[in-house]
Amino acid sequence: MSSVLHEKRFEVVVIGASAGGIRALTMVLSALPEDFALPIIIVQHVHPHSGGYISHILGAKCALIVKQADEKESVLGGTVYIAPPNYHLMLETDRSFSLSVAAPVNYSRPAIDVLFETAIDAYYDKIVCIVLTGANHDGSQGAAKIHRAGGYIIVQDPTTAEADSMPRATLAATPVDKVLPLEQIGAYLLQLINRSNQLWHFP
Amino acid sequence: MSTSEEVENQQIELQLLLQAIYLKYGYDFRSYAKASVKRRILHRMTTDQFPNISAMQHRLLEDVSFFETLLLDLSINVTEMFRDPTFYLALRKEVIPLLRNYPFLKIWHAGCSSGEEVYSMAILLKEEGLYDRAQIYATDMNQVILKKARDGIFSINRLKSYTMNYQRAGGQESFSDYYNAHYDHVVMDKSLKENILFSDHNLATDGVFGEMHLIICRNVLIYFNRELQDRVFRLFAESLTLGGIMCLGSKESVRLSNISTIFDDISKEEKIYRKSLSLDKI
Repeated sequence: MSSVLHEKRFEVVVIGASAGGIRALTMVLSALPEDFALPIIIVQHVHPHSGGYISHILGAKCALIVKQADEKESVLGGTVYIAPPNYHLMLETDRSFSLSVAAPVNYSRPAIDVLFETAIDAYYDKIVCIVLTGANHDGSQGAAKIHRAGGYIIVQDPTTAEADSMPRATLAATPVDKVLPLEQIGAYLLQLINRSNQLWHFP
Repeated sequence: MSTSEEVENQQIELQLLLQAIYLKYGYDFRSYAKASVKRRILHRMTTDQFPNISAMQHRLLEDVSFFETLLLDLSINVTEMFRDPTFYLALRKEVIPLLRNYPFLKIWHAGCSSGEEVYSMAILLKEEGLYDRAQIYATDMNQVILKKARDGIFSINRLKSYTMNYQRAGGQESFSDYYNAHYDHVVMDKSLKENILFSDHNLATDGVFGEMHLIICRNVLIYFNRELQDRVFRLFAESLTLGGIMCLGSKESVRLSNISTIFDDISKEEKIYRKSLSLDKI
């Protein structure tokens, strides 16, 4: 125990969302205070030519800084990063972003699986992974890998999702830690991070 | 074994594999951004049912055809004609007027992949009346892909989106004038190829091969680490004539490199730069 005394249990939040995602993300993020310490990295499926409108919408509705992730940018706490349209967003081991125009994965670019899988190389088991509403199965394989790596998985209760296939696909692919109705996810995340920080700082 | 130890071990195996590729075949992926390389290697590992990355290394050393497969895996050859139409609009509006001043034009398309964007450039130059005085050098490190580019044969499935891109990019003619359709594919018009020279060049290891007026290198640098990006920017800066133009992909920028000041902005949005005319910056 002593070797991990000062390590935080969680160091990053990764979120995947597709159809209905903007509303769901707004609800989750607006529950978080501006001193939320972890970086939040989001892949929301969008049209390739859609520009940067998501970060503007979310930025207007939450207390945290919201921006599109830039190539080689270092990940900082208290910041929400959105994958740029038409690029895969990946994490490097030095906790910086890289982008790729490699073929779509699960018919998607950006793909949620690509973010989730590469997050493990940068954050190991210190990941909170959230799968929200969506009409395909992207994210399920990545979430399963994060689970196997020791990360914490939260899935939106499919009955509260605008499109339920994505949460259902994740529930089918892997055991998860928590299934929650949309309106509770933000508050639960906040509690989870606060609790784990206290726990790990003062065991 | 903890996750962090597992990840670390895999990173070691990955670096050894890239070292083996370099020592045996001379292709240098050691300064590539690792996340993308690793995804591709792991994809091949799973597809061909290797137990781990190290097992691939042995096969790679003994079997050149396996190396060629890996080389194709590692070079990302996803592109389209008139990719990012707004870039081509900016090219027409901001860059073409500058190019008109030159009696002869040398254009380098670095990392041209299967050639879709090279043919796009050729079409644009034709419509702007500059093609006949242009020499386009289209280079890539991968011979297999270069042959595809040279052949100029593309799947008909993608033509609809290419045509839309062409129109959004300010195309002035009927796009179908530029190709001949056969069953499931199209062949780009021969006249587009007359002034294009396709050749082998590796940005990680090769040097300058001529003085250029315009360099296009889009969505290539995102795969490189900072050091290799800097190497390539220096290569481009050396290669460009004073006032020459450099075009990058929409998510790439010269602004974080150590030779940023050599370049002025032509279009910040579309990542079009001009090598400074004032010698004191160089």
